[in-house]
Amino acid sequence: MTQMLNIALAGNPNAGKTTMFNALTGSRQSVGNYPGVTVEKRVGFVTHNGLKLNVVDLPGTYSLTAYSQEELVARDYLVNERPQVVIDIVDANSLDRNLYLGVQFMELGIPLVLALNMMDEVRRSGKSIDTRKLSQLLDMPVVETVARAGVGKTRLLEEAITYAEERGGAWKPLTISYGPDLDPALLDMAALIERERFLTDSYPARWLALKYLEGDIQIRSIANRTGETGRKLSDIVRKTAKHCRATLDTTPEAIIADYRYGFITSLTKQVVATVTDQRDRIAVSDKIDRVLTHRILGPALMLGVLYGMFLVTFTVGDIPMGWVESFFAWLGGTAAELIPESLLRSMIVDGIIGGVGGVLGFVPLIMIMFLGISFLEDSGYMARMAYMMDRVLRIFGLHGCSVMPFIVSGGIPGGCAVPGVMGTRTLRSPKEKLATLLTLPFMPCGAKVPVFLLLGAAFFEGAAAQVLFWITIGAWITALLVSWVLRNTIIRGEATPFVMELPPYRLPTLKGVCIHTWERAWQYIKKAGTIILAISVLIWAAMTFPTLPQEKTDAIREQREAIQIRLDSVEEPNQALLQAEITRLENRAAEAALKNSFAGRIGTGLESITRWAGFDWRVNVALVGGFAAKEVIVSTLGTVYSMGAVDVEATEGLSKRLQKDPRWNRLRAVSLIIFVMLYAPCFVTVVAMSRESTWKWALFSMVYTTILAFTLSVAVYQIGQMIW
Amino acid sequence: MGRQVCLRRMGVNQKGIIKSVKAEGELGRRIRDMGLVPNTEIMVMGRAPLKDPVALRLRDFTLSLRNNEADYIMVELPGD
Repeated sequence: MTQMLNIALAGNPNAGKTTMFNALTGSRQSVGNYPGVTVEKRVGFVTHNGLKLNVVDLPGTYSLTAYSQEELVARDYLVNERPQVVIDIVDANSLDRNLYLGVQFMELGIPLVLALNMMDEVRRSGKSIDTRKLSQLLDMPVVETVARAGVGKTRLLEEAITYAEERGGAWKPLTISYGPDLDPALLDMAALIERERFLTDSYPARWLALKYLEGDIQIRSIANRTGETGRKLSDIVRKTAKHCRATLDTTPEAIIADYRYGFITSLTKQVVATVTDQRDRIAVSDKIDRVLTHRILGPALMLGVLYGMFLVTFTVGDIPMGWVESFFAWLGGTAAELIPESLLRSMIVDGIIGGVGGVLGFVPLIMIMFLGISFLEDSGYMARMAYMMDRVLRIFGLHGCSVMPFIVSGGIPGGCAVPGVMGTRTLRSPKEKLATLLTLPFMPCGAKVPVFLLLGAAFFEGAAAQVLFWITIGAWITALLVSWVLRNTIIRGEATPFVMELPPYRLPTLKGVCIHTWERAWQYIKKAGTIILAISVLIWAAMTFPTLPQEKTDAIREQREAIQIRLDSVEEPNQALLQAEITRLENRAAEAALKNSFAGRIGTGLESITRWAGFDWRVNVALVGGFAAKEVIVSTLGTVYSMGAVDVEATEGLSKRLQKDPRWNRLRAVSLIIFVMLYAPCFVTVVAMSRESTWKWALFSMVYTTILAFTLSVAVYQIGQMIW
Repeated sequence: MGRQVCLRRMGVNQKGIIKSVKAEGELGRRIRDMGLVPNTEIMVMGRAPLKDPVALRLRDFTLSLRNNEADYIMVELPGD
């Protein structure tokens, strides 16, 4: 007989919950999102003695309030899905704080098994925990574990299964006394809730009363809709709150937390004993902190770490990136040979293989970048970076944790906004996260850098490096200022409290880091196979159709044939000249075809507006193409200037060509640099953004960045023309 | 009886016992969730390079919070 058993893993962040989840389920897991929110949902499958187990990794939380998405999601899951048993992973080093969440599960009454994790560290720190006594006091199984090493995982699973069967899904809420000021009110409210059967199918009555008294937004809004019941509950709460204010100068909420912690302290006093006072683990961590968060050394080392990670990513990442690129080049070449010259061939080779290949080329980069990020996150250093940077970033309405996504996106030139966008997931403050998401595409990513180098080389001879430096400074200033504006206008609101744990430094587990990295990479690959494939074809079509009219292509073919005939008849030295003539002809044909295409027409059509910023149709086409991927800007400029497709790595020819062009000057170059720096993020970034927020915000980011970029470019170009 | 000061005024390595937490709403909830409730012993572990946020040790773990959040917390210093 096979049965399905649902187990939920819950616990504080940094308690080793995900490590235990990985230890239990191995690679048999899938990641999705909870409906309607960006909170990740991990589900894993285990078979134990013929029993099929469905393990859900709930988001890490410190409490079960309705303030954060994570907490709401965890709570709703428990109430709606009613898993047969919940395993609460507890960091036994700080049992008090970890039990605060555990006690809330007990008050809910759901069958609970406690896993005292990191017991090795507890023993080393000279403490002992009487597990058996704790189990008796709480009347539930308590298992000692070391998730990193997989110690205790089988026992944990067995205890959970036995306990789930024993309880048979029954919920047994724990009743804690909240003192003479609240207990009577709680009893009244619970009785009322019971009588009116308000939500009692889902929650225990006392728990609802407690949440109502705590001012829980979700429960209150449901109660208010019921009319009479809601009014009666509100009356009791108002009276109680008034009483608390008058006699104790505090709120019911505060009293509840006090008593809950009081209950926990009385419990842990009986089970935790300090054998010796070594405090080994935390002492080592404190010593590291004295250096890593030192007033002067701290920021210096942080810059070093960031720069080092960056260097490693882009030097090591370049190698496999080259392999992927050569693979797609080979694939394109092979396809070109197999398929006869036609529109179909052009679509497959230029549209699909070129487009998807370009996107997949980033996979190695993303993997290495995430390897680094996961390491910094799991080791505890990320929290220190946030701690050190918070004071500065807060001025602009951001959070200390915003620093990493900015750096990854190109805060040091050459990054990539896609992993940057994905990296905002570590931000637990919704408003700060949104502001970070919307401003990180300003950073000079690796694909924009060739454009800057091209223009720098052409118009600021010998000073291309300085140009790039000032562009980077400009990007940071813009990102911070825009974020400040956004946080004071459309994403206005109080700063989310910083209150953040600084977990002790730990060496991350290889397994954890690898699983994390692979997940992100896989999400990206899946995207490349679906939505990016579709957009690639669309962009290819825009740059191909409508094709040149028949008589034009015929004329070009005739000219070409004429040269070919001469080529066959002339002597060796003149052949090269004619060959060059053919190339020139083909390049001119490509330019004409592009100008005639839909994208070319958009470019020409936009000329009347964009000339204010100094851009003609050629630049416009390149910028339109740049929406697909910023690398396209340089290659498209090559085509429209009849240079043939220009390799991003070797732009000397194009640079000379622009230099000689009378229509180009320094001012125009500056205007274009500003525009490229700021305008719409590439579509891969936009897709990634929509996953981290909503489509609405992703589209907003395209529109507002382009408007900002254009306004600044026009301002610079127009003012520059006046004073030049 | 020791003297009471605001958490913001405490120096590094100074110890004390929380006397009151006046924060309400989300901030109050977050502060209390992390165990910053009256009668808890705390010690200031350090301050960030720009003096803000502050890092505290309580209940065997380290917590950081901003100075304007620490303003809500009154601490009693041990009498000497």
